[in-house]
Amino acid sequence: MVKRLVVGAHYGLRPWLAQRITALVMALLTAAALLLIASRSPFTHESWSALFDRGWMRIGTLLFVVSLAWHAWVGARDILMDYIKPDGLRLALQVATLLLLAGYLGWAVEILWR
Amino acid sequence: MSSTAAHKPRPKYLNLAQIRLPLPGWVSILHRISGALLVFPFTAWLLYLLDLSLASEAGFRTIQGYLALPLVKGGMLVLIWAYCHHLCAGVRFLLLDLNKGIELRPARASSAAVLVVSLALTAIFAGLLLW
Repeated sequence: MVKRLVVGAHYGLRPWLAQRITALVMALLTAAALLLIASRSPFTHESWSALFDRGWMRIGTLLFVVSLAWHAWVGARDILMDYIKPDGLRLALQVATLLLLAGYLGWAVEILWR
Repeated sequence: MSSTAAHKPRPKYLNLAQIRLPLPGWVSILHRISGALLVFPFTAWLLYLLDLSLASEAGFRTIQGYLALPLVKGGMLVLIWAYCHHLCAGVRFLLLDLNKGIELRPARASSAAVLVVSLALTAIFAGLLLW
């Protein structure tokens, strides 16, 4: 048993859990997408865009991108905390990551509801 | 109140150059590398392809030609591997979180399985999608 002086709040349990829940969501959606695409041959622009005309496909895709952004933020933050030592550089890279992920979300919404 | 644990230097930074990795360590670091690659550039690349493919019939055909380029195929191959490895290693980590396979031998076996299965899946999906 590790002896720790416990002060402060929840010690990253929330991001840890969020990372795992979003991972499960993405794994399930990946399986669903594979089945969906396999059932939609021949693969043409018509069948492809008809698929994305469906409300549930758009919501499902958005759910995937939201999960990805959340999951990636936890992972990227872990990586940056482990390897980037200068505080200023780490903060800058964390901000850049957040902006990138926010950009992905906006882009996905634009693609799905154009 | 005194505790030795509380006086450890935190946060703890890791020196990559000094670490010699066992097999589960390779799965772990490849999980990080594949994850980082999936965040950037691969998500951006996939969104670009989705954008173009849904925008118009011409865009869809452009992508079909684009995906025939050897360099693009190579990039897609890395993308498919990164996705498969990240997913397989992720499933392993979820099982480890549930205390499944945490002894040395099963942990080594499952990390070998992750490496092999993700390469096999990469070959299958690359075969289906690219060639």
